[in-house]
Amino acid sequence: MTRALPLDSDDADDHSAPPRSHAGGSVAGAGSGGGGTAMRIIVPLQGVVQGRGGLVLGSLIPCALFYFLQLYLKRNRPSSPSPSPPSPSPSSSNLSELSAIPRSLSRGLISPRGSSGRASLSSRGAAIARPDDCPYYIGFKRCVDDPYHPSSNPDGIMQLGLAENQLSLDLVRDWLESNLKESFPGDKETGGLSIRGLATYQPYDGLMDLKMAMAGFMGQVLQGSVSFNPSQIILTAGATPAIETLSFCLADPGNAFLVPSPYYPGWNRDIKWRTGVELIPVPCRSTDNFNISIAALDRAYNQAKKRGVKVRAVLVSNPTNPVGNILSQETMYGLLDFATEKNIHLISDEIFAGSTHGSNKFVSIAEVLDAEGFDRSRVHIIYGLSKDLSLPGFRVGVIYSYNEHVLAAAAKLARFSSISATTQWLLVSMLSDTKFISEYLEINRERLRKMYALFVGGLKRIGIECTSSSAGFYCWADMSKFIRSYSEKGELKLWDKLLNVARINVTPGSACHCIEPGWFRCCFTTLTEKDIPVVVERISRITESH
Amino acid sequence: MELAVELRREPNSPLLSKMATSDGHGENSSYFDGWKAYDCDPFHPTSNPEGVIQLGLAENQLCLDPIQEWIKNNPKASICTEVGVSEFKNIANFQDYHGLRVFREAVAKFMRKVRGGRSDFHPDRIVMSGGATGAAEVIAFCLADPGEAFLVPTPYYPAFDRDLRWRTGIQVLPIQCKSSNHFKITRTALESAYEKAQKANVRVKAVMVANPSNPLGTILDRETLRMLVNFTNGKRIHLICDEIFAGTVFKDPQFVSVSEIVDEDPNCDRSLIHITYSLSKDLGLPGFRVGVVYSYNDTVVRCARRMSSFGLVSSQTQYLLASMLSDDEFTTKLIEEVRRRLSKRHELFTSRLAKVGIQCLESNAGLFCWMDLRRLLKEFTVEGELELWRVIINDVKLNVSPGSSFHCHEPGWFRVCFANMDDETMDVALGRIESFVLRTKEAAVQAKKKKWKQDGLRLSLPRRFEDMATMTSSLMSPHSPLVPATTSALVV
Repeated sequence: MTRALPLDSDDADDHSAPPRSHAGGSVAGAGSGGGGTAMRIIVPLQGVVQGRGGLVLGSLIPCALFYFLQLYLKRNRPSSPSPSPPSPSPSSSNLSELSAIPRSLSRGLISPRGSSGRASLSSRGAAIARPDDCPYYIGFKRCVDDPYHPSSNPDGIMQLGLAENQLSLDLVRDWLESNLKESFPGDKETGGLSIRGLATYQPYDGLMDLKMAMAGFMGQVLQGSVSFNPSQIILTAGATPAIETLSFCLADPGNAFLVPSPYYPGWNRDIKWRTGVELIPVPCRSTDNFNISIAALDRAYNQAKKRGVKVRAVLVSNPTNPVGNILSQETMYGLLDFATEKNIHLISDEIFAGSTHGSNKFVSIAEVLDAEGFDRSRVHIIYGLSKDLSLPGFRVGVIYSYNEHVLAAAAKLARFSSISATTQWLLVSMLSDTKFISEYLEINRERLRKMYALFVGGLKRIGIECTSSSAGFYCWADMSKFIRSYSEKGELKLWDKLLNVARINVTPGSACHCIEPGWFRCCFTTLTEKDIPVVVERISRITESH
Repeated sequence: MELAVELRREPNSPLLSKMATSDGHGENSSYFDGWKAYDCDPFHPTSNPEGVIQLGLAENQLCLDPIQEWIKNNPKASICTEVGVSEFKNIANFQDYHGLRVFREAVAKFMRKVRGGRSDFHPDRIVMSGGATGAAEVIAFCLADPGEAFLVPTPYYPAFDRDLRWRTGIQVLPIQCKSSNHFKITRTALESAYEKAQKANVRVKAVMVANPSNPLGTILDRETLRMLVNFTNGKRIHLICDEIFAGTVFKDPQFVSVSEIVDEDPNCDRSLIHITYSLSKDLGLPGFRVGVVYSYNDTVVRCARRMSSFGLVSSQTQYLLASMLSDDEFTTKLIEEVRRRLSKRHELFTSRLAKVGIQCLESNAGLFCWMDLRRLLKEFTVEGELELWRVIINDVKLNVSPGSSFHCHEPGWFRVCFANMDDETMDVALGRIESFVLRTKEAAVQAKKKKWKQDGLRLSLPRRFEDMATMTSSLMSPHSPLVPATTSALVV
């Protein structure tokens, strides 16, 4: 993108009009360095020829030269979008998948009313069904199809794109093993729960018993600095429906949320798909260590207002995903002031609250609210057990709101995504075991800390720096010096190489709406310690060849 | 600054979406009022014998003991048991929105079995959703945009208004069915509903039918199904069959799934056919929140699957059900047992009602009867129906659901659920109905006598009353202090 700009300014000075439109179109299309090089050759050449006096030659020769150059570029462009089906060569397959979104299909699906007589899906349905063009999901799929295994598939793809914690599952398993009677559904005599309490209809927004246990657990995660009120909890089948449900409550279609970027790529699906809410990325910069800037939020707010778009909320993750930062109290005060001034909501996604590994202590927005006299009714927290308790399969998400209207509406909406009662009862016993929970949280933090240090250290040895982060299952690595062109395209090329040559799946910053190219999110919690040298060696193959 | 002023002007403004502040949840209906009445004063045989008995919840509690027994005998199916815990790690982490392969295979197999083994279901077409509720919503999201419509034959399940419309913004338009032909869906009714929508400039995207019907408990015959397929195929619109009660068909005629029609008819465009299913009714496991969208359309499958991340079934539950539903011997027995017990319960229920002169629509499926109380109506209107309903809920202490909440066009029908209670509670409920009917008859006789005495008054009454008096010749209102509307309703 940035490369196109100098070309345009060169063009403005150049009066040989004919090739201009040509150049603007195809060279920008070719991306990378092509256009710049072309002008660097042609402009001086033109001067030379003109200096000798041949005005006709002066414009004809460069024209011809430019033409041949174009031809040359076209022939030698490696990833040209060809009309033939995507080549089977592994290195180009993903990029072609990226660029070749079959538009004909989508247009066919969103056929105008009753024209062809072909029954159609809804336009939103067709949009959702369209092939994924986000590298985040493409990478996932590659890992599922060809997963790495040290012995059975040593050339498989290593999954560093999924924020899933496999470091501490043994602890949960051990708990289950020693508490079987508590949790075994179906047998009353042995102390289990009767089938009637499991099978029949339960409150859609979760069992009160689980809400109470959850409030206790959330308090424990924050080491007692906040006490949560069970009646402010709505339980849903995962954090995905939790954020969607909350969005349905807070915004009408066409309204927007301001989201400091880089942000979690899944939000584009979770929030935008069905609610019709727009997400406006508000860029954070590496020079600020990707901290949130209130001034940038303010600018984005005003721009949206100018466009006639109503901003209904600021959505932040804390600890942040993908960077792994912890928001400072000052930032949170700033966010609360901002939300109050603009009269909008503040959503804090705290799903990684218990998964900290740094020295910075995590502070929940709930704690900040307790301390100061802010209007609480505009603050909402998203939480879940997928990260902090490593149980994504159990599908447990939380909306914690201070707004009674939101709670009332969300309780009704929870009907579309309730949690299975067997799972709820199992968790009631697990979360109520406070001794187990505090041990688990502590050991898990310790293991995260160790893996983080090992992983970041490994990357450092091959010259890759990560932002210093304090939480999450990932690090935010700066590989900008390994990209050929400083653009999204260059970044995606590197991502493609990492996936297809190094055979590791990481998440490129552009998938997270990061404004600076070259950043990658690498999750390390699906790895074992033994995997780390393998990952580092694989990455070094790419970086050394650079 | 401007904004600060705005805030001050509306200090209590909750700043929420229209969705959150509107009543799209549909809970301001007599259907849900009945539930609330039950919640305030629930019957209990010993601690609250005078409480309200819940006959408004279509829940199948008759066959939980064999399921409990199975779970007990198959500890390996649960990751919370000594023999099953080894699978814990794989299951706890499993979050693929396709669902466990074994789970989908087992559900496909079960769906086939429930439909008499006459049609096959492919595991790859099974999409999970949060209960049948989620399934209905997901299909609406897939097929229609805000403002577009589904045609649904009346009477229909009240919560369709919420499940199909609330978040999707689509419309539900009624296809009127009448008692005179057993509430069958006719081509004429279908066409007139479709044309009415076209005249109103509303684009119809689908016809959605419940088969077996909730609240009627009847099933669609092969001809009606063919007619529906032909009609929708002809108009190039979708046909959605909600078959969540498929396993509750307790006597002949045999249940016919739309899947059979699809398999039989080579000319049918199957990409327009979709089935919603769940385990809540057939197995009585609504607490497990398992709903299924089964579509013959690949794009719909892809779209629905991606949306299923908003209502995934807990992997622990998937794992348990995968084992349970692939146990052939068990499911065969269970399906039979469910039918046997439902049949028995239905027989007992309808025969005792018949003894006191209450008829139900003839049915062979579902967890409910469609009870005809037209004779007891004082006024042949929705208001008259609701008046009777209030008496039943407040006085007789039974929560039944009035036909108007199912968008039934004829007043006087009520849905009564019979499978969500034990035999003893059932007996109490029936006893209450019997004594209510007897009381009403007595009151009617009294009133008749009184009426003859006041001959002059009769002439001065409005015409409508006379019509009604002949129509519902046998009764006057039961005198209840809770029904103050008796006279004022007549004066209007």
